[in-house]
Amino acid sequence: MGDHHHGPAKGLSRWLFTTNHKDIGTMYLWFSFAMFILGGSFAMIIRAELFQPGMQLVDPLFFNQMTTLHGLVMVFGAIMPSFVGLANWMIPMMIGAPDMALPRMNNWSFWILPPAFLLLASTLFMEGGAPQAGWTFYAPLSTTYAPPSVTIFIFCIHVLGISSIMGSINIIATVMNLRAPGMTYMKMPLFVWTWLITAFLLVAVMPVLAGAVTMMLMDVHFGTSFFSAAGGGDPVLFQHVFWFFGHPEVYIIILPAFGVVSQIIPAFSRKPLFGYDSMVYATASIAFLSFIVWAHHMYTVGMPIAGELFFMYATMLIAVPTGVKVFNWISTMWRGALTFETPMLFSLGFLVLFTIGGFTGLMLSIAPADFQYHDSYFVVAHFHYVMVAGAVFSMTAAVYYWLPKWCGRMYNETMGKTHFWISFIGFNLTFFPQHFVGLAGMPRRIPDYALQFTDFNMMSSIGAFIYGSSQILFLYNVIATIVAGKPTSDEKVWDGAEGLEWTVPTPAPYHTFETPPKIDPVHAHS
Amino acid sequence: MIRISANPAIDTAIKLVAVAACMFAFVFVVMVPLYNVLCDALGINGKTSGQAYTAVQSGVDEERTVTIQFVATNNEGMPWEFSPGKTVMKVHPGASNDTVFYAFNPLPKDMVAQAIPSVSPSRAAGYFHKTECFCFNQQPLAGESSAEMPLVFIVDRDLPRDIHTITLSYTIFDVTDMAGAAVATR
Repeated sequence: MGDHHHGPAKGLSRWLFTTNHKDIGTMYLWFSFAMFILGGSFAMIIRAELFQPGMQLVDPLFFNQMTTLHGLVMVFGAIMPSFVGLANWMIPMMIGAPDMALPRMNNWSFWILPPAFLLLASTLFMEGGAPQAGWTFYAPLSTTYAPPSVTIFIFCIHVLGISSIMGSINIIATVMNLRAPGMTYMKMPLFVWTWLITAFLLVAVMPVLAGAVTMMLMDVHFGTSFFSAAGGGDPVLFQHVFWFFGHPEVYIIILPAFGVVSQIIPAFSRKPLFGYDSMVYATASIAFLSFIVWAHHMYTVGMPIAGELFFMYATMLIAVPTGVKVFNWISTMWRGALTFETPMLFSLGFLVLFTIGGFTGLMLSIAPADFQYHDSYFVVAHFHYVMVAGAVFSMTAAVYYWLPKWCGRMYNETMGKTHFWISFIGFNLTFFPQHFVGLAGMPRRIPDYALQFTDFNMMSSIGAFIYGSSQILFLYNVIATIVAGKPTSDEKVWDGAEGLEWTVPTPAPYHTFETPPKIDPVHAHS
Repeated sequence: MIRISANPAIDTAIKLVAVAACMFAFVFVVMVPLYNVLCDALGINGKTSGQAYTAVQSGVDEERTVTIQFVATNNEGMPWEFSPGKTVMKVHPGASNDTVFYAFNPLPKDMVAQAIPSVSPSRAAGYFHKTECFCFNQQPLAGESSAEMPLVFIVDRDLPRDIHTITLSYTIFDVTDMAGAAVATR
């Protein structure tokens, strides 16, 4: 395939100036893993402090900085870039394109990210410390009461917003213009579909986040009063603007995860995905609904009853397309020839745990009940079930699934399965007890708690240390695979896998599909 | 479709940049004004109109009495003494009522304050009309001096029958820094 006289450049300049989608995808994946470790170490500090009641290790101001940076780094630094990296690697290979449509912009969208996060992390060492208002940075905590580093934080949000928008534009331009002849929209693999829809969500809402932080900047430095009641503004306005971005944002995180699982479950069930069309429509419905449910994050601000009811019913409606997806995955497995290699284990872990997170989401959607759950550890448990067991588990599954294709070597299956079981047990030990302490009234983002919550918090902390250390095993397994894994040259590393990416040689050459592949008109999507 | 560039990928990208720019503008030109309009119109957050109400002749409903409670709160760091002249009034819907709030600036410097009203229950906000209110303007006060600040209001005759008590709460903010130049000229 490819003309091999034009391989990658040598040394550092290969990575600095590369426009190759695989190189950029690799950099995104490594960067996001580094951020995952950084955000994870912030979480370890949080859990260490909460191991016992009372003030143990860190002072409350630093604790607040940890919860804030943990959330920001995980959402914007770990999960989102990891899926962008996966999109870079896989979308051109899945639709039979030679590269992304706008390769130079692709280089930029990656390379502005590391400086932004370096700046964000450096706020820890600034006078007044890092931002401390939580990852949702509600005004006036993030304006009137913010440390001086909030200005740096706003700049970082702008930069990573620009990065996300550029990355999304690239994905949309690639999918719309570079599909191989015969690759119609309804033949695209579901990962491509979910990313196409995600990219549209990003283009629509990242500018809204940019608007929110711009208003903060103006309130802090230029004397406006968007969020200050004294000057005629309203702090509640911040919450509306933030969540108008924030709710689509959670689907931006989870939709690509849906896509990954929709690739992996059919491969290890050795059956085509059940209900492909309905999967596409369900994804689009979820994306649409995400724009009209934002106020369910703020039931307690004093909305009129009509507003509460509208947002409650609209939120419950999301359970319908999500349910369609879950049932389709289960139906895909029905009477399939199932095997349980590591990618499948992580996908099944995703399926079970994400569904639990979905159910607690339904509980939270009930406006009158939410007044009790609001800002409690129940909410923390809920969104970690969908963010970690949803997005992170599926991302992990994706790495195990495509790693042999990327580097031409097999990972160690025993170590992979061990990684899964330690993760699964550690994760549940961390977050399941948080449902109970949350229902019993333990508030989130507080460094101390009432004595009766001690046992469950100790379990949570131990679980978190287990889950955290299992990622070291993951890192070791990935590096060991790249350096010394068992070489494989099978085009189809997995016998049940379908799709164009499995038709190129293994390891995937630097350039693929320089001439578009022929798409079998009968053979549909994978 | 309009083609902006001959290269289809660049064409798509330019259109998407335009979408992103529109969404950024949407925050400022649609979301913020729309929020304020909706809050004013529906009385969300207990916001009352920031404009003086022009009284309409509608007659007084002598049959009905509504209790009005007044609350005065200082925002964090605001040193003024701030209190309502009367904490409770019994009024008839449709009648015009007068009351005052007192403010005293204990510091030896000139200051400017802004009072922000909020009505509870918020459903009543749209029926609580102020024909004159100190909250319509910023209140400058010289150092160590006091002021009586007038409030004239009418409770609308259409106030829902199940509302018997309305609480009007003012929070007073120090806006000396914001007012800045304006103070010097007064």
